Amino acid sequence: MTAPDAHGTVVEVLGGGVVLGGRPVLRDVDLTVRGGEFVAVVGANGSGKSTLIRAVVGLRPVTTGSVRLFGVEQQRFTDWRRVGYVPQRSGAGSGVPASVWEVVASGRLVHRSLLRPLRRADRDAVREALEVVGLADRATEPVTTLSGGQQQRVLIARALVSGPDLYVLDEPTAGVDAANQQALADALRTVSAAGATVVLVTHELGPLAPLVDRTVTVREGRIVADVPGAHASASHDHHHHDGDRPVRDDHVPHLGAPVDRLGGRP
Amino acid sequence: MIELLSYEFMQRALIAAVFVGLAAPLVGIYLVQRRLALMGDGIGHVAVTGVALGLATGTSPTWTAVVVAVLGAVAIELIREYGRTGGDVALALLFYGGLAGGVLVTGVAGESASRLQEFLFGAITTISVADVWFTMVLAAVIVVVAIGLLPQLFAVTHDPEFARVAGLRVRAYNVLVAVMAAVTVTVAMRTVGLLLVSALMIIPVATAQQLVGSFRRTVWLAMALGLGAALGGLLLAAYLSFSARVAPGPTIVLVALAGFLLTWPVGVWLRRRRALRVPFAAETLPVAAPAGAHAVDEHTHEHGDGCGHPAVEHGDHVDYLHDGHRHAPHGGHYDEH
Repeated sequence: MTAPDAHGTVVEVLGGGVVLGGRPVLRDVDLTVRGGEFVAVVGANGSGKSTLIRAVVGLRPVTTGSVRLFGVEQQRFTDWRRVGYVPQRSGAGSGVPASVWEVVASGRLVHRSLLRPLRRADRDAVREALEVVGLADRATEPVTTLSGGQQQRVLIARALVSGPDLYVLDEPTAGVDAANQQALADALRTVSAAGATVVLVTHELGPLAPLVDRTVTVREGRIVADVPGAHASASHDHHHHDGDRPVRDDHVPHLGAPVDRLGGRP
Repeated sequence: MIELLSYEFMQRALIAAVFVGLAAPLVGIYLVQRRLALMGDGIGHVAVTGVALGLATGTSPTWTAVVVAVLGAVAIELIREYGRTGGDVALALLFYGGLAGGVLVTGVAGESASRLQEFLFGAITTISVADVWFTMVLAAVIVVVAIGLLPQLFAVTHDPEFARVAGLRVRAYNVLVAVMAAVTVTVAMRTVGLLLVSALMIIPVATAQQLVGSFRRTVWLAMALGLGAALGGLLLAAYLSFSARVAPGPTIVLVALAGFLLTWPVGVWLRRRRALRVPFAAETLPVAAPAGAHAVDEHTHEHGDGCGHPAVEHGDHVDYLHDGHRHAPHGGHYDEH
């Protein structure tokens, strides 16, 4: 893993806006992440926090403003081995079974040219990544037989295996039990300590809280707070199901458009 | 039986069956992975128009079918990518248009329906030397491309978003899969027929994924099963042809289906055995928990994988069923949900 320049700008979003179906989902967002930072992007469902990081990795290109990765305009960025993306875990597995080892090895593709077989270095990297997330003993099992939290760790390993400088994670802790959240946090602590930059989207930091350098809060498509450390309300946020108050929690997708005023807490 | 194999037409048929049996499931794997199992069928229908155009214009139906099938496959891919309609609607439009166009053109050209039927259900025993070469070369190209690009194609079909952020040209690979499917359909046209070709692409994959748990093993097993079905079906048709007129297309497909049915119980047993190791057993929730309580009682253990308490996904987190209520691990304690 090549440590990036600690003072270099890794992610730079300037005036970023995303419009989906004529509806602004992200509006005039400025976000700068420097090398080695661990940034948590928090916000309610539909706040635009996932859209923000999808814009950063180019899956949802900005309609206004600009995104730069490692100082290069996102559209012209080609050095994808420096970026490790961990998408939201999809509920159902794909049609054909795939083993844990195969999924993690697919993260190694950025280091492989066409028609080149796996080398020893690739195999070592896969094994190391599986050890970091604590799944080395499950390598040959089909991914679909793992629990949700373990599947999420497989996706982390797939990003780890290419040794990127920037990790971008979309809701890594969603639907993950406490033990697996701790395993995720341990893996992220390892890469962060090695100098990698981490940007993750979440609405419950849980065991990740001690790692966070900066918390960015997104509400209604705008950044409304950008404070050092783990934001208290984001890290410890009880949601009881007691029913005597209208619960506006994140278990249910909010029905309002993100530009609408939502009655509950953000 | 043995003297049957000494006939030259039978030898040509066997060679064609070997190549088609290996190539078709290989492409089928990527279609199943992309949840486009019916795409081969859609392309097959479009290729009917290609065959009819060949018959009508007096050119080789094989080549016109290749051209029209490739165009149809790319069209399906583009409609999926850019269209507002879902992929299944795009497929349906091409299904009906291709079949209707083919039957119409054949009729206008004054060709008999039985000539078209050779292509619809296969006529492997009438395959010419040129057709055998055509089958061998194209099938070999498909096998080389599909195996050579396996890591890339696996990544793109398994998780397109991750593949895109890894710098792979997802759209180009998707079109490549579509083109390979189109070529496979036309290669298999003389063997199993346009209306049954999709079966040889999909059934061996469906059978293989019952038994194995990795992508690579599915690839090899599906190819072996496809080969077995193609050869077995052809020999069965040849054997039956002593007493009745049997086309090899249907027997090949039925042999493949028989393989699937035989492995089904094995697959159920294997999945049940694996499921016992999954901590997230789907269990019905007990009656609602006592409301409002914030549990601070001491646990003798931490809930986690394999702690014995059934785990249920609850929105964004995991609860553990515990003495008739649900525990949500939270910080150093458990919330009651």
